[in-house]
Amino acid sequence: MAQMTMIQAITDALRVELKNDENVVLFGEDVGKNGGVFRATEGLQDEFGEDRVFDTPLAESGIGGLAIGLATQGFRPVPEIQFFGFVYEVMDSISGQMARMRYRSGNTVNMPITLRSPFGGGVHTPEMHADSLEGLMAQQPGLKVVIPSNPYDAKGLLISAIRDNDPVIYLEHMKLYRSFRDEVPEEEYTIELGKANVKREGADITFIAYGAMVQASLKAAEELEKDGVSAEVIDLRTIAPLDVETIVESVKKTGRCVVVQEAQRVAGIASQIVAEIQERAILHLEAPVLRVTAPDTIFSFPQAEDVWLPNHKDIVKKANEALNY
Amino acid sequence: MTLKDSGLSNDQLLDMFYYMLLSRRSDERMWLLNRSGKIPFVVSCQGQEAMQVGSSFALHKGVDYTAPYYRDVGVVLTMGMTVKELFLQAFAKAEDPNSGGRQMPGHFGHRRLNMLSGSSPVTTQVPHAVGIALALKMKQEEAVSFVTLGEGSSNQGDFHEGLNFASVHDLPVIVMVENNQYAISCGIEQQVNCKHISDRAIGYGIHGETVDGNDPVAVYQAISNARKRALAGMGPTLIEAVAYRLTPHSSDDNDLTYRTKEEVDLAKEKDGLIIFKRTLKDQGILTADIEQAYEAKIKALIDEATTYADEAPYADVSTLFDGVYHQ
Ligand SMILES: Cc1ncc(C[n+]2csc(CCOP(=O)(O)OP(=O)(O)O)c2C)c(N)n1
Ligand SMILES: [Mg+2]
Repeated sequence: MAQMTMIQAITDALRVELKNDENVVLFGEDVGKNGGVFRATEGLQDEFGEDRVFDTPLAESGIGGLAIGLATQGFRPVPEIQFFGFVYEVMDSISGQMARMRYRSGNTVNMPITLRSPFGGGVHTPEMHADSLEGLMAQQPGLKVVIPSNPYDAKGLLISAIRDNDPVIYLEHMKLYRSFRDEVPEEEYTIELGKANVKREGADITFIAYGAMVQASLKAAEELEKDGVSAEVIDLRTIAPLDVETIVESVKKTGRCVVVQEAQRVAGIASQIVAEIQERAILHLEAPVLRVTAPDTIFSFPQAEDVWLPNHKDIVKKANEALNY
Repeated sequence: MTLKDSGLSNDQLLDMFYYMLLSRRSDERMWLLNRSGKIPFVVSCQGQEAMQVGSSFALHKGVDYTAPYYRDVGVVLTMGMTVKELFLQAFAKAEDPNSGGRQMPGHFGHRRLNMLSGSSPVTTQVPHAVGIALALKMKQEEAVSFVTLGEGSSNQGDFHEGLNFASVHDLPVIVMVENNQYAISCGIEQQVNCKHISDRAIGYGIHGETVDGNDPVAVYQAISNARKRALAGMGPTLIEAVAYRLTPHSSDDNDLTYRTKEEVDLAKEKDGLIIFKRTLKDQGILTADIEQAYEAKIKALIDEATTYADEAPYADVSTLFDGVYHQ
């Protein structure tokens, strides 16, 4: 086992799959010689050659289209979008094309594409470099959306994503890239897509989170423990498809739930989770299911980021509302 | 570099030099501020001042419209942004007229100066500038719309869509591609396979030309002619100005992972600022006294702007909801 940051675990997963399967190809802006602006693909061009790991011209729509064409010919493309805020430039390739290709081809074509991209707040990058746009992706049937919260999961989930025969949007929270290390096995392993992970067991309340909000939820749980509250923390890992079963099972046990997302409040994953819970477990609830989210503004300017982004204190506060309902 | 027949007086030539120097010194200060932890990010104009100042000199302040991109310190200063305003945006302070501290550094915009706020996704500004040009044509205004972008950015779909529409409707828009040979780490040969970005003009049925981007006078003339054509109803022009990016892509980038110091040093010998200064001196237009006076004036302006911007307050957290919707 080695101690790895999340970005190292991602590079490691890419290396494993480049070695395992000659059909895996990596491409995007500055991913080759430069090794990516966050160094996720560092050294991979040298190791696997310019046919397997290559730079594209600066045009995201083209990157998406290229992935689709390659996928129809048996390749497993792993394109990178340099910042997820620029996904709008490739939106049609993703939602209009790769997500529907299987369906409109009468189920005769695989789309084994893993589109990787950094996103997320907390690193002082306004204007489309930090937005949480996973909700847009989750709304499109045909796509899977994976968001790791730690180095160990990052590796196993990425390997699974690359081996999956459907398009996977794999989102990497920038704040998590280098903020902590985990034990990560050197060998290959997979983590099943579409399955949530109970990070912490508890009896009184359930926190449901993904990405950077998992750390915040764990911290909130530790804080509440001092007051004798036992909180369960669920890391969704995959937000589409949602692991409704694990969510509902936990809420039935605890009777109280706070859903946490970094994205703005309206039309997010949290709303979807609340709806699923009330449809399936309303008679088990001791309090309304509450949400902790960012406010409905454009992503914050740097000086207000700490206020704008949800944190463990916001979660504790909401938890107490649910507990004292 | 021929200064004769340029149609520019000695005073105008000196003015051009002044703005090029002002841009360079402002940029250098921003790197110092970044390295000392005062400002978060710099994306530099260094190496592109000649094309930025030369082009803007051909535009009419307060009349023409600009949609600059993130390196255009030379454009925004020439078009009338003050040094203080420039530094307020670098520090992202509340009083910054560009965005009130809400934008990334280098994302310029100034309502009073007819300057459109640019967004982070590259090339989005091209169709915007075309839209402005359509409005100018419909309102029969005697003005042009000027837009810039990097050569790497000319591969985006927005470039094609904007230029094609502009051509179909003979719109008064001037598109200047600032070819600095790199898109972050990717050299020009990985980005395009045509000889000149301006070759693409043929495909749109418009006039295109490539000019030496280190020669402010050559760029001035190309843009002046483009402006005349635009106002005469002859439609858009695509100008490619070629120079070299003298700094890393931004303050977050180490350029020596993808290019050599020798290559950068070689390019520095062709630096438009240095060559223009030498030419003006050789021709007796710029004297040592004038140069010194400019340096002193610029240093004082930048010092004052730095102190002011450093001390100015940030936008208050309570303003987070302002400007999301009309209030
Ligand atoms: C749509 C989009 N994709 C990617 C980026 C990230 N990015 C910022 S600048 C840049 C390179 C731009 O190169 P070029 O157009 O040559 O302009 P230069 O920076 O060299 O002036 C890239 C890839 C972006 N801002 N927008
Ligand atoms: Mg460039």
